[in-house]
Amino acid sequence: MKRVYVNEDWCIGCHLCEYNCAFANSGAKDMAKALKGKPIYPRIHVEGDDRITYAVSCRHCVDPICVKSCIAGAISVKDGIVKIDENKCVGCLTCVLVCPYGSLAPGENGTMQKCELCTQNSFGEPACVKGCPNRAIVFEER
Amino acid sequence: MTNYVIIGNGVAAAGCIEGIRAADTKGKITVISEENTPVYCRPLISYYLEGKTDLERMKYRDDSFYQDMKCEVLYNVKAEKIDKEAKTVILSNGKTVSYDKLCVATGSSPFIPPFKGLETVEKKFSFLTLNDALSLEKAINKNSRVLIVGAGLIGLKCAEGLHDRTAEIIVCDLADRILSSILDRECAAIVQSHLEENGIKFKLNDSVVEFNKNIAVMKSGVKIEFDVLVLAVGVKPNSYLIKDIGGKVNRGIVVDNSMRTDLKDIYAVGDCTESEDISGGIKRVMALMPNAYMQGKCAGMNMGGKPEIFDKAIPMNSIGFFGLHVMTAGSYFDSDNGGTVYQEKNKDKVKRFYTKDGLLTGFILVRDTDRAGIYTSIIREKTPLSSLNFEMLQKVSSTAAYSKENRRKKFGGVV
Repeated sequence: MKRVYVNEDWCIGCHLCEYNCAFANSGAKDMAKALKGKPIYPRIHVEGDDRITYAVSCRHCVDPICVKSCIAGAISVKDGIVKIDENKCVGCLTCVLVCPYGSLAPGENGTMQKCELCTQNSFGEPACVKGCPNRAIVFEER
Repeated sequence: MTNYVIIGNGVAAAGCIEGIRAADTKGKITVISEENTPVYCRPLISYYLEGKTDLERMKYRDDSFYQDMKCEVLYNVKAEKIDKEAKTVILSNGKTVSYDKLCVATGSSPFIPPFKGLETVEKKFSFLTLNDALSLEKAINKNSRVLIVGAGLIGLKCAEGLHDRTAEIIVCDLADRILSSILDRECAAIVQSHLEENGIKFKLNDSVVEFNKNIAVMKSGVKIEFDVLVLAVGVKPNSYLIKDIGGKVNRGIVVDNSMRTDLKDIYAVGDCTESEDISGGIKRVMALMPNAYMQGKCAGMNMGGKPEIFDKAIPMNSIGFFGLHVMTAGSYFDSDNGGTVYQEKNKDKVKRFYTKDGLLTGFILVRDTDRAGIYTSIIREKTPLSSLNFEMLQKVSSTAAYSKENRRKKFGGVV
């Protein structure tokens, strides 16, 4: 299965992936209208220190601990993609307590959101990958 | 064709069903369910009262789950006894079910101390099952004064769930602080004052001596008037089926890391068991939903013939009240117990880390809970603190604290 991978040697820490992610998942047509002057809730985020940076999003683990731990039965795996049903989620944050990659965070309404490889929005392919200026984020089979 | 029987129909049982099917698509699975509903999310009963979920969304799995898994569920029936020689389970309706492999997933029951005069209280409830929540919902109204005995996770979530639907909530506890099993004094005080700001009242360090209809007489002499009583003192593992036939039981049914009991072809999973807490190196009851599922899945795979171990159990809790989130995990070794404590804190925010022998063994996070799973995984994987930047981790939960090599492993391939 194709997944999102990062190369920390090429990442310049520009945070564009975070904006592209938030825009892709906003459902809006205009990026400025969707994001300008507002707090954004991306499903990928750049981390690092003063020497290195890289972007982290859901690893779509083969045996995901978030799925096994969700107390609301709201996280499931479909065709290898770890998906969250925001309608079932109650925002207890148990998934945050168990994800070893820190890949889940609450969205604007308090329920959890996570990378679903842009399969659940109109983009259809990961917006973070498409918009990365230095090809530090790739979408491929490994 | 193997004949699988699961006693219980909670999340541990669901894990067991999925584990069996991951190993054996053909065998027959029979589930014995005392409750009359398909598997649902028990920890959500307080969210139900709060209106954050409903009966439909509380279902743990799709409606087609049992059909997809080719399981037969016997509802409204209790397993009375296991006959380990004949390999059968004797049911409350007089029938017997025979098994090749059996899994006991009987959960826990409310522990109700023998309070004097309890029988005189008209409206009294436990808060563990969906039926408890539905009965409680019928008994309350906007004018109800509710007394909750027990300031643990169950009692306090119940308080939050009832808050907007009742007039007054008083929580009492014998302990001098709330959430005494998972929080120290300082952290408990932060959470308590947040709950008080939201209108919950407390009567701590005090216990009920006697009930007299609508009045609780406390040890301190104080009398508390109430309309509805919730008993949330604690739970006890339902271990009798195994105890009755001579299987090893301490507080809970003793299992190894394959979820086997010491009886042939009998497994046990979930809240009725005790198993090894790897953060403290001791056996204990860890009645937590994630562990229940993981134990269930592990047992199911072993029952189906696919060897599997689950040796990463630790106590862990993510709990929120009125928007304040608290997370705890592992064992708290302080300096009196051979450990070293590190902390970052200010007025209403605490990050406390417990370490021992070069490993992270536990943490308490109040308010600042972002990406806490990074800490949890360091406990579960027993990652040596010398291999990462622990100073950085204490301030911010980030995988940047890992070595480049470790990051490459985590992010460079399929995990």
